[in-house]
Amino acid sequence: MVVNSVHWFRKGLRLHDNPALQEALNGAETVRCVYILDPWFAGSANVGVNRWRFLLESLEDLDTSLRKLNSRLFVVRGQPTDVFPRLFKEWNVTRLTFEYDSEPYGKERDAAIIKMAQEYGVETAVRNTHTLYNPDRIIEMNNHSPPLTFKRFQAIVNRLELPRKPLPTISQEQMARCQTKISENHDERYGVPSLEELGFKTHGDSSHVWKGGETEALERLNKHLDRKAWVANFERPRITAQSLFASPTGLSPYLRFGCLSCRVFYYNLWELYMKLRRSSSPPLSLFGQLLWREFFYTAGTNNPNFDHMEGNPICVQIPWDHNPEALAKWAEGRTGFPWIDAIMTQLRQEGWIHHLARHAVACFLTRGDLWISWESGMKVFEELLLDADWSVNAGSWMWLSCSAFFQQFFHCYCPVGFGRRTDPSGDYIRRYIPKLKDYPNRYIYEPWNAPESVQKAANCIVGVDYPKPMINHAESSRLNIERMKQVYQQLSHYRGLSLLASVPTIQEEAEPPMSDDSQASSSTAGQASTPTSSPHQPTPAPSTSPNSEPFTPNSSPTAAFPGAHSQRKRGRPSGPPKPTEFKSQAHQPSQRI
Amino acid sequence: MSNTQNSSLRPSRMKRRLSRDGEDSPSSCEGPTDSCKRVRQPTVDSGDLPPDWACLPQEILLHIFQFLPLLDRAFASQVCRGWNEAFHMPELWRCFEFELNQPASSYLKATHPDLIKQIIKRHSNHLQYVSFKVDSSTESAEAACDILSQLVNCSLKTLGLISTARPSFMELPKSHFISALTVVFVNSKSLSSLKIDDTPVDDPSLKVLVANNSDTLKLLKMSSCPHVSPAGILCVADQCHGLRELALNYHLLSDELLLALSSEKHVHLEHLRIDVVSENPGQQFHTIKKSSWDAMVRHSPKFNLVMYFFLYEDEFGPFFRDEIPVTHLYFGRSVSKEVLGRVGMNCPRLVELVVCANGLRPLDEELIRIAERCQHLSAIGLGECEVSCSAFVEFVKMCGRRLSQLSIMEEVLIPDHKYSLDEIHWEVSKHLGRVWFPDMMPTW
Repeated sequence: MVVNSVHWFRKGLRLHDNPALQEALNGAETVRCVYILDPWFAGSANVGVNRWRFLLESLEDLDTSLRKLNSRLFVVRGQPTDVFPRLFKEWNVTRLTFEYDSEPYGKERDAAIIKMAQEYGVETAVRNTHTLYNPDRIIEMNNHSPPLTFKRFQAIVNRLELPRKPLPTISQEQMARCQTKISENHDERYGVPSLEELGFKTHGDSSHVWKGGETEALERLNKHLDRKAWVANFERPRITAQSLFASPTGLSPYLRFGCLSCRVFYYNLWELYMKLRRSSSPPLSLFGQLLWREFFYTAGTNNPNFDHMEGNPICVQIPWDHNPEALAKWAEGRTGFPWIDAIMTQLRQEGWIHHLARHAVACFLTRGDLWISWESGMKVFEELLLDADWSVNAGSWMWLSCSAFFQQFFHCYCPVGFGRRTDPSGDYIRRYIPKLKDYPNRYIYEPWNAPESVQKAANCIVGVDYPKPMINHAESSRLNIERMKQVYQQLSHYRGLSLLASVPTIQEEAEPPMSDDSQASSSTAGQASTPTSSPHQPTPAPSTSPNSEPFTPNSSPTAAFPGAHSQRKRGRPSGPPKPTEFKSQAHQPSQRI
Repeated sequence: MSNTQNSSLRPSRMKRRLSRDGEDSPSSCEGPTDSCKRVRQPTVDSGDLPPDWACLPQEILLHIFQFLPLLDRAFASQVCRGWNEAFHMPELWRCFEFELNQPASSYLKATHPDLIKQIIKRHSNHLQYVSFKVDSSTESAEAACDILSQLVNCSLKTLGLISTARPSFMELPKSHFISALTVVFVNSKSLSSLKIDDTPVDDPSLKVLVANNSDTLKLLKMSSCPHVSPAGILCVADQCHGLRELALNYHLLSDELLLALSSEKHVHLEHLRIDVVSENPGQQFHTIKKSSWDAMVRHSPKFNLVMYFFLYEDEFGPFFRDEIPVTHLYFGRSVSKEVLGRVGMNCPRLVELVVCANGLRPLDEELIRIAERCQHLSAIGLGECEVSCSAFVEFVKMCGRRLSQLSIMEEVLIPDHKYSLDEIHWEVSKHLGRVWFPDMMPTW
């Protein structure tokens, strides 16, 4: 029987270590490599121009590599559910292959496509390569729930067999066996679109730092390994001012888009370590960065609300403030704290910031200073950050805002001192906020404290040329630590975990223990009963007699009056989804990249 | 109760209850309709039938109701007259937490206005333990004050005004806030606990508090209340001899206050929390005499002194020069090596220490000294600091197993010739007698 294959690229934009693509080639008569893109939704999706550029460059690179193998990339315009029936017929497709997507949105989309393929008599082959391990396997090993601490996760990984060895890249011979008919008008119909075609205005700013594509990824990998070999030190690298700038050996965006296989990275590190150390086997810490990614993928794979506070069983419910104005200042780098503003500027311009910088701005937005929901910050990162994966992004934000994963909240990064520790001379700030470049080192992290004469000499008056700090950090961190304590003291299973919550306070003998029903009903409504989801304290012991002080579960949002019914439904799983939830529905047209 | 009879309505509601509480709650209420049916059932042949729920004795019903969230009680109250009466029993309304949130400023839902009205109308005389959780909007703080000023015929024992996001009570006109608060002070007469952090409470209103509640007041939390003066708080300490817990800002702390709290008439103080916050850089802070602290310790030998510092490094001049009986120390901003050195010398009662940030020089000697001299230290947290691995191991060795909480960011520990990062957790775990790891942040 004739096999006509389509390989559907989504992530995994590479020819090396691509088992699903290998499967497409296996005994096939024809193979077409497809990427599906909806230009109509490109502009409206919450994805910034840098991420689109990276994607398009990666697609260009794929196309170039495929040309060398006498094939081409087919960029098909539309939505997968509309596109595939058409392609199945037009190309007489019998086999569809793609990389496994472990994220809830992807799983739902893929399930629909697999079902559709079945209806058309098309066999499907799916291979897991975006992560080192199968997230489901880790969950299974952890008694069927995702590990919620990194240590626990590492312990599981230690017991797992090693990741599968990577496969070689697609060869000329392999491809030659599978003809791909290329029509005359291929470029018109299936060419990689330009940014302009997607509705982005480009000002010829070709000086972007991160160039997308597999070719670039592999070059960077070599440089990365060369440098590691040169340093011959596998310890955690010491963070210097230089670490804050984009590095030619940085790999995270390439792992995100799958331009680089994480298994290739893993085994290259492994071999290098063995060569230089000649020890039995490398420690887990060698793969630190890769494992963090796996950790969050595992935590998110079965949790469609992983990117929300409400309805997310692992997320602590925190009464964040709604403050669009403050959020905009943060997102646009107008906080008046040069360290924060420089980071947000670098993020917007280049699409990547160092993990320390991520900690700094995330802490500032959430629990440290502005007390704004991590979800808002996550959305800004989703737009701007090249390596923002849904799971990793949401997971990191929950981590950094102390919303999950059992974090200590006593320590808030100082928007002045933290940067100064890393880069005392302020070069990083001078680069991204040129207005401040003439400030002396002493004041560059806190220009508002500079005497007027210094401000004048630097040609930058605070309050005129550069904003005043939007918040008093000492005051806000004092307040926020209290807020965090309020939240955490209500979570019985956290009691004793956080240093400050252990400061005792007298229990009024008459004061009934506070029940947390209010929290449950007003925010985590209807959550599953996993330990972290339930902010309930254990049911308090019943009072000895009706006359003794009652414990009273109090202040539910509704009560005995007409209208209670309608309100009851709100926030319940049975209620209608909020508008924001629609985006996770596979049928809803959207463009995820 | 017949299970078949009400199976039509039960599942959905049961499921909700279950999914929220995890396991079967002590009791779940029935849907209105099926319970009504049951009420109408003849009760003559109750020999084989399950008991008639409508005839449950009040005290049992009350007991059950105490386990139900308000919402479920509300549903139950629609079942029959008896249950409706039970719903309104005063015992169920002693404690209430008003959640005042605006859709524009909070993600959380609010207590329904109709419910608030009903409480004020029917239950305000039952309320005893009341708190208000208020979001960042002025409207919410205003709403809290409106409710407060209507609580004229109630006698509260505890009152908490809690800003969950920003100190929104501070944005209210002071007179409005004060008049609402004094309504409670005047009417309560038996307040024992008052939490009014971040509010515009002032000296005259504290006088009203004292005039009406001096015999009962045990707990007063008023951190960051800028309109209170040292004299205002002194008046409270002078008159309220039962005060056991007090939280305030450093600028209200005086030798006189400590002496008042350690007078013979005064009960033992249990907790004193002081926030030391600088409003503007270079602020000058007064000092407290060692003799005043000594008097305090003599009077209340077991009291906890909790101090939160949010100062610039150069503002620590007056602190830790003499011995101070502090038990819990939290440095929210950068604190110098030198000050930490003084902490080691002058804080013999220290139990818990948190250092959020320090300079770039390792804190080796300082930590060793703290381990040496702070014999009660059992919890420590380090953020943006540096300590060499050897010094850290030495510190842990000296403190040993009394270190029940040890929260150290991974970056704090600087590998040296003796220990690498992989080795240190073994070494520390050994001395602690339990598995220990440094805290980490995602490197992604």
